[in-house]
Amino acid sequence: MSPRPLDLDGPDRLYTVTGGRSRADDAALDLVTLVVAENDPAPGMQSEHVAILRLCRDEPVAVVELSSHLRLPVSVVKILLLDLRDTGHITVRHPTSAAATTRLTDLETLKQVLVGLEAL
Amino acid sequence: MDSKPSDPGVPLRPSVRDALKIVIVGGFGVGKTTMVGSISEIRPLSTEEVMTKAGVGIDDPSRVADKRTTTVAFDFGRITLDAHRVLYLFGAPGQQRFWFIWDQLFSGSLGAVVLVDTRRLEDSFYPLDRLEHHRMPFVVAVNRFDAPGPQPSLARVRDALSLADGVPLVECDARVRDSCKSVLITLVRHLATLHDPAALQEAAQ
Repeated sequence: MSPRPLDLDGPDRLYTVTGGRSRADDAALDLVTLVVAENDPAPGMQSEHVAILRLCRDEPVAVVELSSHLRLPVSVVKILLLDLRDTGHITVRHPTSAAATTRLTDLETLKQVLVGLEAL
Repeated sequence: MDSKPSDPGVPLRPSVRDALKIVIVGGFGVGKTTMVGSISEIRPLSTEEVMTKAGVGIDDPSRVADKRTTTVAFDFGRITLDAHRVLYLFGAPGQQRFWFIWDQLFSGSLGAVVLVDTRRLEDSFYPLDRLEHHRMPFVVAVNRFDAPGPQPSLARVRDALSLADGVPLVECDARVRDSCKSVLITLVRHLATLHDPAALQEAAQ
């Protein structure tokens, strides 16, 4: 099954959204880092920033879900999120796996995942 | 310019603080999206990543005008496990030209499910090779379609894919929720056995 292509208006739009910037620190955000808005959008904010703050106002939303809802590539959304983090508009909850030093997930977490799956 | 967000669907619980990942990988049309959709609590979502084919400056979106950039779309869904944990399921395209998305998807993942169509076993060779290269633990699930005629036994599939004895190989129906649940449980149990020093030693040989 072919995934639905996003309706990007082309490279120009992506360039405009980020102001042509890239950030070296966007590895700080994982696809499943959870984002929580800390305050309401401020007047004059860029529309994509406003949209992000609205989406994660009441509950956490993963980076990849924001990307899907905003119809913007993950790397572009990460740049927008880092802007918001730097200005205190959002906080992020990193996956514990990001800090793990080993490839293998710890047994306690695996047990909890198993309990969760079996309860489905 | 349209940046209106789509319907965000079922929200996560406010108490969720840790997100986990499992990657479902396989060839085109093997049933990855079907599997994600069968077990996800949200309808499968799709998004994409843009990267340069050269893999240089991969996080630089200003390069999207560069003809060497390419886009890969992937699907995902999620399962809330408990008050604090959510599990994300990613459907990853298995074709070689999409290799650049794999690092991002695999990073921090619990493990992977390789979904196999026995009519196109060769589609699984590349994903299996990459998983071994990344040292990512995985199980293999044969998606039994309503294909006419006899289908190869699991033993023959294991042989054709040159799977090590320690790699679990199961049958499933990607359209059936309980079947997908069973595949995920097989993976997580397999991951737990890898903690056993004897199993680790065996895996290292």
